[in-house]
Amino acid sequence: MARQSGSLRTYVLTRLVLVIPMVWILLTMVFVLMRVAPGDPVTASLGGRLSPADLAARREALGLDRPLLVQYVDYLRDVLTFNFGRTITDNRPIREIIVDNGGATLELSIAALIVAVGIGLPFGLIAGRYRDRVVDVVLRLFGIITYAAPVFFVGLLLQLVVSQRLGLLPSSGQASAIVQATVPTKTHILALDALISGDSYALWDVIKHLILPAVTLGLLVCGVFIRLVRVNVAQTLQGDYIEAARARGIGERKVVVQHAFRNALVPVITVMGLQAALLLGGAVLTENTFNWPGLGSQLIAYLNGRDYAAVQGIITVFALAVVVISLLIDFVNALVDPRVRY
Amino acid sequence: MTQTTLTPEPATPGVGPGGRGLRGGLRRMFGPVADARGLAKWMLWAGVIITLLFVILAVFAPLIAPYGFAQYQDQGQTFPKQGAPSDQHPWGTTVLSLDVLSRVIWGSRTALEVMLLAVVFSLVIGVPLGLLSGYFGRWLDRVLVLIMDALFAFPYLLLAIVAAFLLSNAIGSGVATAALAITVVYIPQYFRVVRSSTLSAREATYVEAARAIGARPRTIITRYIFANVVQSVPVIATLNAADAIATLAGLGFLGYGVQPTDAAEWGYDLQRAVADAGAGIWWTALYPGLAIVLAVTGLTLVGEGLNDVYNPTLRRRRFRKVILPQRALEPPFESGGTAPDTATGGARPDGGRAT
Repeated sequence: MARQSGSLRTYVLTRLVLVIPMVWILLTMVFVLMRVAPGDPVTASLGGRLSPADLAARREALGLDRPLLVQYVDYLRDVLTFNFGRTITDNRPIREIIVDNGGATLELSIAALIVAVGIGLPFGLIAGRYRDRVVDVVLRLFGIITYAAPVFFVGLLLQLVVSQRLGLLPSSGQASAIVQATVPTKTHILALDALISGDSYALWDVIKHLILPAVTLGLLVCGVFIRLVRVNVAQTLQGDYIEAARARGIGERKVVVQHAFRNALVPVITVMGLQAALLLGGAVLTENTFNWPGLGSQLIAYLNGRDYAAVQGIITVFALAVVVISLLIDFVNALVDPRVRY
Repeated sequence: MTQTTLTPEPATPGVGPGGRGLRGGLRRMFGPVADARGLAKWMLWAGVIITLLFVILAVFAPLIAPYGFAQYQDQGQTFPKQGAPSDQHPWGTTVLSLDVLSRVIWGSRTALEVMLLAVVFSLVIGVPLGLLSGYFGRWLDRVLVLIMDALFAFPYLLLAIVAAFLLSNAIGSGVATAALAITVVYIPQYFRVVRSSTLSAREATYVEAARAIGARPRTIITRYIFANVVQSVPVIATLNAADAIATLAGLGFLGYGVQPTDAAEWGYDLQRAVADAGAGIWWTALYPGLAIVLAVTGLTLVGEGLNDVYNPTLRRRRFRKVILPQRALEPPFESGGTAPDTATGGARPDGGRAT
């Protein structure tokens, strides 16, 4: 037992050390990407609106007049201290954007993940259990098509049918204006805030706004779950120990549910982590379709304003988020599956 | 972040019938396709038919489309604005008085151009890098792997958006810009797969033999390793082609794709349709959206079908029916499809969106 926990600790430590070069490379990449563009950011976003002297002052304030290497070191230091500077266009602290809008993105992502797992797991289990039967073909096709359908198209269709035709759910936004104004901000995640406030009307309003975007984004991701669970179940069902369980006379239902499904689900945890990038990328599109006030819609807004400082800050957060999520998932995976050790 | 689930095992070099030479090579290459059975065959053919349909639409767009992609009038008469489907415009018109049917047909041309360019670009960059990294190893390998892993970890759409944004500032927007932005996303996938196959091929006996007779690295890579390593590339290329269309549409939807005056693009059309949806106008969103779904599904089916066909660990072999002597009078029992199915979990070798 002691030996095992020792190896787990080694694994966690090794994994943590390996993250350092990864983060460094990602940060360097973001920095280089944002500097290879010709012209300077201040002129790009504010040129024509301010006098040359004002522009120069802004450049100095942002440290853009200093040598690239100094800027690079400053950038790395700032990120380590979670200080992302201010935006160029509206001079807002970027940390504020990340906290305010990041909450909305988090709320959407978690809801979408719940939808994706809720659809993907049962469908994958059924498809894998009845491999190559009609139900398998149908579910596999369903997975391919939901994956092939762009989120903004699915979102538009849902808006057209559910909001316009049937008038069931609101078509955009995170909540009604009145709810957004009255619910006290505590966690920056509106659904949680509404829950804490105990205002059932506000909570219902938030949930109603959340359903369509979460289903849209969840459908995109569920295809991956269906495929993965299906292959794992089909593979597990052919394992020797399943045969052995059957040979011992255990009922087929029990063999499938207790012996096969449980083992087939371990890799799903890993894949949930790998979906973080897909989820965040899809969130950008979903947020823009549903007018969702998350980081993705902020990113596009600042991109359109050519605000390099804001774009750099938001991309850095996205990159860090992916690294942290995959790190956490690797830890969970190592806890669950003793084979995952170095 | 190193997952075994993503890279397919390099297929063992085909030593089937067919012999040497071009014909033998072709037969070896397409042999598995002809041998495909059941679902794999069905998926492959359905995908091929859908894809061919779009290729025909793209190539013959000027002949098939009733109007040009930026045409808002015919014989001096301006098209209706947001007109409902009619005889003249079977799929209606947009807010800019453009014919939706024509835009969808011309859009397949843009999609095909960007897709081909993106796949060729990422092949040309990703495969050689993977070969060099896998064969030479050492610091070159370390550095490249780190960079590619970082690229790979990045949300793919964000990467494409930022690349498109920077490229459009630098060289202007257009089909090539969009293709380049998408290329950045897919290079790591080819790199990873080719590198891992090269790593194992490098240790193979035939490579050692080549080295022993004094072949130079260049010769070994181009003559011995290359052909054995590229086998896994077609599957990834097809799946990436599907992804490329989806990514292009995503870029277009966010306003960083091909400019509307240059070409018709489905994603851009959908962006314009967002405002229409509020007014209950469905035809501007439905048709370009269906085109994307169909095109991506078609290519995905081809890719998945090829994966089933070429990946020997996924293939199910049909055994000959065995008639045991003492049971010769009874009907032969079923023994189809019980080959080892050791699929490496979720063996679809796309990493792009699966990560």
